[in-house]
Formats: sequence, structure tokens, C-alpha cells
Amino acid sequence: MEKFDKLTGIAAPLPLVNIDTDMIIPKQFLKTIKRTGLGVHLFDEMRYDDDGNEIPDFVLNKPQYRDAEILVTGENFGCGSSREHAPWALNDFGIRCVIAPSYADIFYNNCFKNGILPIALPQEQVETLMRDAEKGANARMDIDLEAQTITTSDGEVITFEIDPFRKHCLLNGLDDIALTLEKAPAIDAFEGRAAAARPWV
Amino acid sequence: MSAKTLYDKIWDAHLVDEAEDGSSLLYIDRHLVHEVTSPQAFEGLRMAGRALRKPENTIAVPDHNVPTTPDRVDGIKNEESRIQVEALDHNARDFGITYYPVSDIRQGIVHIVGPEQGWTLPGMTVVCGDSHTATHGAFGALAHGIGTSEVEHVLATQTLIQQKSKNMKVEITGTLPPGVTAKDITLTVIGRTGTAGGTGHVIEYCGEAIRALSMEGRMTVCNMAIEGGARAGLIAPDEKTYQYVKGRPHAPKGGQWEMAMEWWKTLYSDDDAHWDKEITIRAEDIAPVVTWGTSPEDVLPITGSVPAPDDFEGGKVEAAKRALDYMGLEAGTPLREVEIDTVFIGSCTNGRIEDLRAAAEVLKGKKIKDGLRAMIVPGSGLVRAQAEEEGLADIFIEAGFEWRLAGCSMCLAMNPDQLAPGERCAATSNRNFEGRQGRGGRTHLMSPAMAAAAAVTGRLTDVREMM
Ligand code: SF4
Repeated sequence: MEKFDKLTGIAAPLPLVNIDTDMIIPKQFLKTIKRTGLGVHLFDEMRYDDDGNEIPDFVLNKPQYRDAEILVTGENFGCGSSREHAPWALNDFGIRCVIAPSYADIFYNNCFKNGILPIALPQEQVETLMRDAEKGANARMDIDLEAQTITTSDGEVITFEIDPFRKHCLLNGLDDIALTLEKAPAIDAFEGRAAAARPWV
Repeated sequence: MSAKTLYDKIWDAHLVDEAEDGSSLLYIDRHLVHEVTSPQAFEGLRMAGRALRKPENTIAVPDHNVPTTPDRVDGIKNEESRIQVEALDHNARDFGITYYPVSDIRQGIVHIVGPEQGWTLPGMTVVCGDSHTATHGAFGALAHGIGTSEVEHVLATQTLIQQKSKNMKVEITGTLPPGVTAKDITLTVIGRTGTAGGTGHVIEYCGEAIRALSMEGRMTVCNMAIEGGARAGLIAPDEKTYQYVKGRPHAPKGGQWEMAMEWWKTLYSDDDAHWDKEITIRAEDIAPVVTWGTSPEDVLPITGSVPAPDDFEGGKVEAAKRALDYMGLEAGTPLREVEIDTVFIGSCTNGRIEDLRAAAEVLKGKKIKDGLRAMIVPGSGLVRAQAEEEGLADIFIEAGFEWRLAGCSMCLAMNPDQLAPGERCAATSNRNFEGRQGRGGRTHLMSPAMAAAAAVTGRLTDVREMM
């Protein structure tokens, strides 16, 4: 997995609540058997019209946000289905960090498996960052995962919370499966106990 | 020992390891797999040279992509869909997983097949790369959706790295009025708490009205726990649960059944257990409801009118504006005047036999409105067979419904069953997101009885007027 430690990038403002995974990546793009190539379809229905032309008003179509690496958005981001295609599409587009007041559980989880940092902050702080993001390409934000800080283009520093285990994995790009396989003796022992207690399973 | 909730009990019984940082390794009893969220996971295993830890605890069935018309026996025409289903065929065979292919009468929507075959049992941990895994919570199993990386993790290790959720209790007291169903309960709860109301929690549904529901109804309620933002929904097992499970192909038998029952009977929340969040709704206050917008929380009784953006606060004002625009609705319009073009009865929320019976009861001896497209898609081949045996299929066909083969169908439009832009659908599925049933398609969620009533009149309809 790709590491995430520091990021300096353009932040795109998307001030909508309840952005669901169908909006992030509509189901017609879930038929792939690969993890890559979904970036062009990110936010497909908001980004393109029925003839496949770009909708100029949509934030990621604006010249100043085409290279955005950070997304600032509304509460309950990523609600809906469990599709990991949502973080795959964000990642493939180049978004490495999302900032919102809250996330849907599964989406939040999926971000960490794909080297994306989802930051949850109180509403007022998200609004501050939203205003900063609205300044366009000059408004580069600094994200420092080790220090757990976001620095706005004006130099204001906002700190954020993150679970230590997830932070550790993201900073070091650790693969969960390898980590768990190290615990094989504990899994063996559990299966031994379970076979006696719940043999029908 | 301190008092525990049902969730605490299942969690504790599956804890393999607890790390100092608070993350836990949880053992997974059942892993259900479908074609859309698994190819990358199997590919990952192959690339890393990893095997499945417990293929015998894993089952696979294609559902999302499969056409529901009889000609599907000739193969899937859409190439990408066909490749995905073929990938599942190969992966199931190569890795030795129990598989229900399209040609098998037991094929159907993964969340209907699991319980039907007795794979889902009380007290289990059940996962699937699909958010509606919450459905299995109806058995008192801890069941939730996972992403593809986690699918790979479970295939390789039979465990998941988890943080424990909080406990939330949703109590429905009293008795449901006539015409009000499990779907109305679950939509009303989401309307009340919002789509983020359960975030970070596992919900246990309890109370007299929940106990009174059949297993099918309980599955409908738990199915949409995810729309309420919860990690999972749970209902404590009882006599109805045991009766449903008993004799199913993969349910325990003989001495093991006795042993299982002994444990299952301990699966309830202790009286003085701690709840982080509690809500209570009187069943008498629940009406037949429909959604008007593009979020499952946009719920109103059928007797209501389309709201105005100003009725809301904060970010929801903008969202409501956008939703009304997308839905092509005018604030103030009575919901009962909203005309529809399509009716879809099916999905893992409402594709079980009881749902079809409820629809048939409304449709008996009636015809659907002229020009309407209406389809009934049973949740599994076995549900379909049973409905034919009970004579329900004849009622549907005579009323003018298309009688389809099992699959996800128009719940998500990944297969040929889709809405055209601007088409309006009365649907028994679980999501009304923009484009969910097809680009530009407009979805109103409701119960099977309400959808059947809408099929007859051609507009959103209060089923109580037809009873
Ligand atoms: S019926 Fe709909 S919600 Fe259920 S598994 Fe299929 S696509 Fe998902």
C-alpha cells in the first residue's frame, strides 16, 4: 500500500452533505475486475452531461481544481454501498486526502486500505477550510499526518484526531493481511476453542 | 460479570486478539461473496500466493450483474457483466468455495440465499463485500458489509481487524396498525434518525412490534440499518428464529442442534446493559411511508406533501433543493398525486416470499394501470418456485406484471433492468440515490403492498384505501 505522511496540495471545495458512493462512482463502472482506471469516472454524473461532455461548473472541471489532491466536503461523506471502487476512483484521480465533518463507516475504513487519509473535523473547522479551498489553486494546504495538522494557505494550523493503529499503518504503508498473518497462532488457538464450543459453525 | 448487550456477547465470543491501540482481531464465521466486489480480492490472493484459510465457511453467488429474463440461460450479453460472473465461476472453483451458479435453482440475491440455505445462524459473525449484509442481523448474527481489501483479508485469514462500535437501541413499542409493515418501520426509523444517525453504532431493534414480525419482516428491518448509518442491525433470536432455521440444509442437526440452542438462548441484551444511544417509536405512530427525495432519510407518510427546501436547516437545505430538482417534484404537491411509470418489487429488502404474498394480496383480481411497466423479481430461485406453487405468480401475471428470474435487478441497474432518464419508479428496494436505478431515474421507496397499490393506480397510493 502507498504510504501517506505529508501532502501539500490544492483542495477542492464540494459543499454537499450525504455524498453517496453512487455519486462518487456510479455502478456502471463497477464492472471492472481491476482497481485502476476509475479516475476519469469519479463523480461521473455530476462531472459530465448526458452526452459525456464536461459540465464546466463542476468543481473538478474548473481549471484551478483539475489537479486537486484534497477534497473538502460535507457531512456523512461516502454513505451508501461498501464499494471500494469509491476510494479507488478518488485515488486514481489523485485525491489523497478528504476533509469532512463525518463519514460513513465502511467508506472511512476503505480509505485507509488505499492510502487515502480521511480527516474528520468539527463543522466550523471544515467551513474554515472550505473557505480556504474556495480561493482556488493558490490555496494549497499542508497536511502532516505525523503531527496531525492541517495548515491553511493563510498559515492557520488545525489539528485533527486519528486512531493510532490506522495512523501507523498509513505512515508506513503496511499491508493488513501480512500483519494479521503474523497472528496465525492466535487464530489457530481460537479455532481450536471454537471447534469445541460451537462445532456446528 | 457486568451486563452485556447482544452485540457485546457476540463480539466477545469472536475476539481472537486485542491490540493495545484498541484495534481487535475478530473471527469471521461466514463469508458471503458476489461477483462485483470480489475479483480484485481473489486477484490479490493469487498475486501474493495466498490460500483461503477456510473455504468451507465461504459461499459465493452471482446476483448484481445477472439478467432476470428467461434468455439468460443463453449467456449474459453485456460483456463486462459476463466477464465478472465468469471470474466468480473460476474463483469459486479454483479456491473450493460452495457456489450457486446462475443455472442453480438456489441462486439468488446473496442476502436471501444465505439465510435460506441455513448458512446464517444466530450468534455468528457474517460478512460480505456488500453493505446490505446487515440483513443477516435478523437472526441475531453480527453481520456487516466490508470493502474489497477486507474481503481479501477475510479470505486469507478468516478474521477482520475491527474497532468496536457503540451500542444503540431502537425500540418499537405496541402494535403496527393495518397496512403498516416492516418496511415502514425501517424507513420511519431512518426518517427519524437520519442517514448518519447510527454512525459508529450497532443497532439492536427490539420491542413488541419487532417481536411480532416474521423472520422475513425482521430481515427487511435489519437490511436498512446501513441506510441509517449503522455498522450493523441486530434482533435477538427467539422461537421464530429457531423455527425458521431448523431443517435448513446447513443448519445444525441432532446433538449439535441441541448444543447450538443452548448457546442461542443466551443471546439477548441483559436488562441493565449500557446503551450509548436509545430511541423509542410507538408502532401506532407509524404510517405507510414513501420517500420523496434522493436520500433514504427523505421519508414522509403517504398522506403528506412534498416538502420545501426551507423546511430544513443547514446543509440539508441545499441537498433538498437538489433532490427536488432531480426528482422533478414541486414543493406542496400531495404525495398521492405523484404519478409513476414503473413499479419494481424485489431486492434483498423485499424480495422474500412474505413480500410477494403482501403484493399479491393487493393485486388479486386487479390490473395494473395501462402503460405502466411493472416487474416482480423474486429474491431467489426458491422464492420464485414457492410463489409459483402458491399461485402468486398467476396473480402477478394476470395483473400485468413481468414475472422475472432471481437477481438484484432494478435495485441498482448494473444489469439490463434500468430506469430511463426521468422515469419515476415505485420501488421496494433500499436506495433512492441519484442514478441508483439508472441514470436520471427517480426512485420512491416503499413497502411491497404500497408498491402494488401504486401499480394499480399509476400514482403513489395509500394502500389502506385498497384494503
Ligand atoms: S438487491 Fe440491491 S441492495 Fe440488495 S444486494 Fe442486490 S444490489 Fe445490493
